[in-house]
Amino acid sequence: MRLEITGLSAHYGDRPVLNGVAIPCIDSGAFVGVIGPNASGKSTLLKTLAGLVKPTAGAIRLGGEDITRLTRRERARRVAYMPQAFGCNALLTVFESVLLALKQTTGWRVRSENLDQVAATLATLGLGDLSGRGVADLSGGQAQMVAVAQTLVRAPDVILLDEPTSALDLHHQLSVLSVVRREAALRRPVVMAALHDLNLAAKYCDRLVLIGEGQIVADGNPENVLALRDIGRIYCVETCLERTARGGMYVDAHLPA
Amino acid sequence: MTCAVPALRNRKAGTRFRDQTMTIKTHSAGIQHAYSGMLARRRAMIVLMFGLLLISFLLDVATGPGQYPLTIIFEVLIDPMAHGARLKVIVWDYRLPVAVTAAVVGALLAVAGAQMQTILNNPLAEPFTLGVSAAASFGASLSIVLGISIIPAVGPFLVTVNAFVFALTTCGLILLATRIKGVGSETMILFGIAIFFTFSALLALMQYMASEDQIARIVFWMMGSLSRASWEKIALGGMLLAVAIPFSLIRTWPMTGLRMGEVTAASMGVDVARLRVEMLVCISLLAATAVSFVGTVGFVGLVGPHIARMLVGEDQRYLVPLAAIVGALVLSLTSLISKSITPGVIYPIGIITSLIGVPVFVSIILGTRREKLS
Repeated sequence: MRLEITGLSAHYGDRPVLNGVAIPCIDSGAFVGVIGPNASGKSTLLKTLAGLVKPTAGAIRLGGEDITRLTRRERARRVAYMPQAFGCNALLTVFESVLLALKQTTGWRVRSENLDQVAATLATLGLGDLSGRGVADLSGGQAQMVAVAQTLVRAPDVILLDEPTSALDLHHQLSVLSVVRREAALRRPVVMAALHDLNLAAKYCDRLVLIGEGQIVADGNPENVLALRDIGRIYCVETCLERTARGGMYVDAHLPA
Repeated sequence: MTCAVPALRNRKAGTRFRDQTMTIKTHSAGIQHAYSGMLARRRAMIVLMFGLLLISFLLDVATGPGQYPLTIIFEVLIDPMAHGARLKVIVWDYRLPVAVTAAVVGALLAVAGAQMQTILNNPLAEPFTLGVSAAASFGASLSIVLGISIIPAVGPFLVTVNAFVFALTTCGLILLATRIKGVGSETMILFGIAIFFTFSALLALMQYMASEDQIARIVFWMMGSLSRASWEKIALGGMLLAVAIPFSLIRTWPMTGLRMGEVTAASMGVDVARLRVEMLVCISLLAATAVSFVGTVGFVGLVGPHIARMLVGEDQRYLVPLAAIVGALVLSLTSLISKSITPGVIYPIGIITSLIGVPVFVSIILGTRREKLS
């Protein structure tokens, strides 16, 4: 199902945060990385797509349908957003926390297929051993993995991940993005992830969108976007895109002299 | 080791994929089994606590100035005239209304407390800490000292109605505060503290103006008492519970989701602002009714939900019913103790709940809060 964003603007009070953002033709199965410096509007873009921030202008179409007209529940069923900050002191087990993410949009009664979905999601993410543990007792990285599970379990048409690897060690960064990429390949949702690590973005994303001061600066395949001089200008660093021995891309960045 | 022959490599990859799928299926079954076991333990806990409540309730009815064997009390409960008119009056007109009121008010306070703690995401939220009880006390004192009735022509229910109106108005103020943009759960608690101090000051003013007899009445009211129990109040409280518990259970998933934090809940599709308003309306009625019936009882709404939460976790399907049962049990035991300390004397329940409750509460906070989860 194709996602199209046209002329999207959003404000926090009087302060404009997104200014006419347009990202055309994001096909189902695509993994789009949203990159840009802090406070550039990455999170606001994802929140606006999720319906947590009300746009002041523009349109968001999913399969030709304007999703801003959907009810909150229907929108949450089709568009799953993983917030940047995760962690709580609730007396809930990991299993329960993932189940309740699923149950918000699938009726009151817990059916056996709901339990199957939750258990399979946890097992796929390698969280099976944590399923009975309290969410308040998790490390930051484990909590972030559970947040990913809460997003994936809903099997939505669009998955929005706000810095999904920020609290994870190297192994778990690669694990989470591999799982998300596999999900994109198998079930074909649109995946958009705000990422700070340009090398991870280069490794996993099919397409990169560079945002600066609430506007799209570049949009294209990772190689083209990361090779732009704009990258250095937007991040206020000097960058150089290099090829690794295994054929991957590596962004070498350093502060200007 | 890499495979040089592509067909063999594909076969190995296929085998590995099947193995992974089998492992995930096996693991899934184990995870589900563990979850089912946890739910079974929770159901057993609810049954156990309900059993304890029944025992406490019977002992409460059996305890009083006149000593009667439990079997006789039980027979009178089944057949009111089984042991004559005198015992019928003692059991059905005096002891039973008090025992039922204790259970109903305990349940009202605990359900209100559980819901307040959830929607404000604060473990200290309850009718007492948000100033609802203080407002009710001021309403009661207004009628005791100045004879002012907020609603005219309520006759003998003047004190109760005044207390109810002030408690409800305070809940309305809290409700309005939640509508102000940017007001979070911490601000709500601070707002409650401000209300508490405001009405406490006004209450002190009433006490300053009151005669000795009026002060005695105010103090007795402030300490909480089951002596004003009546079947009419019980029917009203029971009806409220019969509506409030299903009302909460329908909102099980959004309410449980709210415990994950506002942003996470909203990202799951929960309309947080609307849910808060709906639940605050429910809480307002529960808290105002309970406080106007028995006066200030500042412990049950805090500890009832905490004990329930430790026993069954945050899943509202189990938490709300168990909070009601534990709240009822706590106040029922309090009623029993208030009659048992000195024969012939009934101590105010508010004193008992504080004396027993605060140490229990502190031990709960310092105890194994997390270990009991699963």
